[in-house]
Amino acid sequence: MSKPVVATASLAGCFGCHMSLLDIDDRILQLIDLVEFNKSPVDDIKKFTKPVDIGIIEGGCCNSENVENLIEFRKNCKILISLGECAIMGGLPAMRNGIPIRECLEEAYLNCVTVDDKIIPNDPEIPMILDRVYPLHEIVKIDYYLPGCPPRADLIWEALTALLSGKPLNIPYEALKYD
Amino acid sequence: MSKITFEIDGKECTGKAGQTIVEAARDNGIYIPVLCWYEGMKPAGICRICTVRVGGRFMAACTTPVAEGMIVENEIPELEDMRKAIVEMLFVEGNHMCPTCEKSGNCELQALGYRYGLMAPRFPYLFPKRKMDATYTKIMIDTNRCVQCRRCVRGIVTKDGKHIFSMTNRSGHSTIVADPQLESKMSDELAKKAMDQCPVGAILKKEVGFAVPIGKRKYDVTPIGSEIQK
Repeated sequence: MSKPVVATASLAGCFGCHMSLLDIDDRILQLIDLVEFNKSPVDDIKKFTKPVDIGIIEGGCCNSENVENLIEFRKNCKILISLGECAIMGGLPAMRNGIPIRECLEEAYLNCVTVDDKIIPNDPEIPMILDRVYPLHEIVKIDYYLPGCPPRADLIWEALTALLSGKPLNIPYEALKYD
Repeated sequence: MSKITFEIDGKECTGKAGQTIVEAARDNGIYIPVLCWYEGMKPAGICRICTVRVGGRFMAACTTPVAEGMIVENEIPELEDMRKAIVEMLFVEGNHMCPTCEKSGNCELQALGYRYGLMAPRFPYLFPKRKMDATYTKIMIDTNRCVQCRRCVRGIVTKDGKHIFSMTNRSGHSTIVADPQLESKMSDELAKKAMDQCPVGAILKKEVGFAVPIGKRKYDVTPIGSEIQK
């Protein structure tokens, strides 16, 4: 039997959740035995090459590219996991949600003291910024949520192994934290 | 004082006349979650997280006095899910960014989330536009995090009995504010008391921050309520 396939992505995140995944230490060797990685920054595969069993996404959606990427993940993954505070509620990028988008852009590209040529970027090649940062589950269906900033390595490990083995999830109290 | 016998989830309990269900439960080693209730303060019954079922009716355990022969249902799936839903509603209707909050690890709302194993709220986030006020002398008020339990309004008083905090505006726009004059004369102890009494990170004392490292904070290792539960 072939191994379950895992894909990961970082949208509007900081890659901290991916770092936390690496924080499972030597269990990473067990993980490599358990699963095969497809599209992921871990192995640098850029496009889906086969159907994926588990998709893990960190970061929320702040621009059109994030949304496209997320929809592609939903199409290709049987199970989609929202990993970390940003994926679940928008996180740090969502701190702009109370500020109108024009004000944000003007502050960053026109009024900021370190800006030289005062232009708001508007090239078709640059993804369009969204009106606010969206949690993943507001755009596609999400099957599981793993909170934390970053989610503790133990939480990721427990969740992944429970999912792979079909056993009930047993999270230690110390592993579930929101910060 | 006369003794009262009653029952919580089938466990025989004893209480004193005039005691509320929350207080009597604590004395009997039973934890009923609370947010707006604070030890030694007159209960207000605002947050409803302490809701129990007494004789088939939902009652706020912090305001209902115990009575002889009372049968209280507390840790039943139906109530636990309703309590979890209240925690979720409080999370979505404010801007609770735990990673950036100084109170994280010592926050009662967060601790209740941990206790109920809350992974993500079932309700959509509202991202309300709220204000942060750092113009005060001793404290900061961040209404993004306020759950309007009014512990500060009710419990933080000057030596001559003046209330430092109050509510302003109405309905969905209501927020807590502090009287700038009284606030500037607050002692460091009182400012710390205000911060500690706030269940979330809405009131923070200035000039200290992140004093306790991760791993040693109040709810890092043991869940909220475990100090009461026997």
